Amino acid sequence: MTLPSEQQRKERIDRGIKIRCDSIYAIMSHRELSYLALPRLILIAGMLILPFVVPSMYWQRVFTISCIYALLAISFDFLAHYVGLVSLGGAFFVGIGGYLAAIANTSLGLSPWLTVPLASLVGGGLCTLLLLPCLPLRGVYFAIVSLMYPLFMARVIEALDILGGTDGIMGIDSFSNRWVEQYFIICILLLILFGARRLVNMDIGLVLRGVKDNDQAIRASGISVTFYKSVAVFLASAMGCLSGACLVHIYMWSGISLFALDFSIIPIAATVIGGSGTLVGPLLGCLILVPISELLRDFGTLRIVFYALILVAFIIFRSEGIMVYGQRKYHQFERWIKY
Amino acid sequence: MNKEPILKVNGITKNFGGIQALSNVSFDVHAGEILGIIGPNGSGKTTVVNCITGFVKKSSGHVFFRGKDISRKPPHKIADLGVTRTFQIMRPYYSLPAYKNLVIPLFSPRAKRTGGWRGGGRLGDRNTVGIDILEEIGFERDSYVPYKLAATLPTGYLKRLELARCLALKPEVIICDEIFSGLSMSEIASMVPLIERLQMEGITLIMIEHRLRELFRVTDRIMVLNFGEKLMEGNPKIVMANEEVKAAYFGSQTIQEVMDHA
Repeated sequence: MTLPSEQQRKERIDRGIKIRCDSIYAIMSHRELSYLALPRLILIAGMLILPFVVPSMYWQRVFTISCIYALLAISFDFLAHYVGLVSLGGAFFVGIGGYLAAIANTSLGLSPWLTVPLASLVGGGLCTLLLLPCLPLRGVYFAIVSLMYPLFMARVIEALDILGGTDGIMGIDSFSNRWVEQYFIICILLLILFGARRLVNMDIGLVLRGVKDNDQAIRASGISVTFYKSVAVFLASAMGCLSGACLVHIYMWSGISLFALDFSIIPIAATVIGGSGTLVGPLLGCLILVPISELLRDFGTLRIVFYALILVAFIIFRSEGIMVYGQRKYHQFERWIKY
Repeated sequence: MNKEPILKVNGITKNFGGIQALSNVSFDVHAGEILGIIGPNGSGKTTVVNCITGFVKKSSGHVFFRGKDISRKPPHKIADLGVTRTFQIMRPYYSLPAYKNLVIPLFSPRAKRTGGWRGGGRLGDRNTVGIDILEEIGFERDSYVPYKLAATLPTGYLKRLELARCLALKPEVIICDEIFSGLSMSEIASMVPLIERLQMEGITLIMIEHRLRELFRVTDRIMVLNFGEKLMEGNPKIVMANEEVKAAYFGSQTIQEVMDHA
């Protein structure tokens, strides 16, 4: 390998399979088919096998929680990278979804198979309705308002002593057994991941990307920006509520810790590490970050220090994120050439 | 002409804080004509466009499209009615290829209703329709140009892309905000026949322009703005012969002439 010097630059060439543009592929042979399908198959197979591979029930639970965070991270990445809304409302979505599932389970006696979809849809609608007034905002302003909601909700429940107050709601049904719980969440996660991937490349996805790129041109095209923003917020918040509802059934308890800012911050850290805009990157980021955070429990209070150091190292040395780096290496040849 | 005008602008006024950008500007646009709007920099030409298309809220005044008041409608509703605009500073979706830029307007409710510029009432695959429109407007179909990222296209193509975005909606009125500016002579030479063809297809155009020679080739009627006020309107030859217009637009030959008009 040659070292970079001033007379040399790195040349990157796309592999031949990609012609013309992102959406037209020429598939000729097994080799090219597997070139496209293999990474996806590895991901799916890996996710399905992991629960068997992990050493103990404790780590199985950690893996489940990672998947919950991954849902949130995909929802964050979708909103931030494809719609241009940087949302810190992960905790808000989890809280709303969690409490709705808890109420539906304890008061109405519905089984988890009904409460989870119900909480996602109703919760998604509710979150969208509450965020509707701030949809004209973008960037950091939207982030601030969406951060306000989880803090607000937690204090309201605490102060008014409603919904169980600080004790929370107890006695919630769990899934029938841990394998069902595990595979239910894995399947939902994979479905949402590939669904979101497809959505952003469909025509409606292009409109959403247009909203991020240039909302004036969207208006000039006779398309309502607010409508498509609210559609996107509904999808993202329904994902968040789904993860909250699952979490409540896993812990069999719902409390104001569902509004904890961990649910807003860790998905963002995972997105940075995994590579923003790839949708699969945030998932990988969560699979790395959440277990690391568990491993570091041995260090007691120093845990946060190590955690922060790892994050900083990632941001300095691989700021683009694992998946962006990986995709580039996979799709392009690289070589050093003389000027 | 006693026919009902397609677009009737009635006394629009716009204040930005203490600055009066437009004061009581009224004009009619008739179906199928090309109206030119000229005026020195800062005379309020782009503000007129923004007020008609709803991108800026008017301080007072009304705009009627086919007799219907559209003064208080949001921009996407006005575009949905068929009154479209291009932007002086081009606003493509930079992260998308050129033809994907057209998929977005083709996804709009109006395009779904009308079938786009070339679709005969039914919209097929939006990618194909997008490339068809680009070809009609001067993108070479068999080259890489329609597939290139909008960020990598030169100004000439971006201006055409702006026009294509309007055409994708099958518009009734297109308001072109300086569509010739920044183009080379040969690019303008190929743009002029395009404008003429759009007129022949029955599209009404309002053109804001600084390139007078090209403008006069295509327009039937021009209006002159100066400091937010309508100076006059009429046949290009008569308007340009007017001393007041000369003073406002080209600057007077001598200080004495300016003093005379003051």
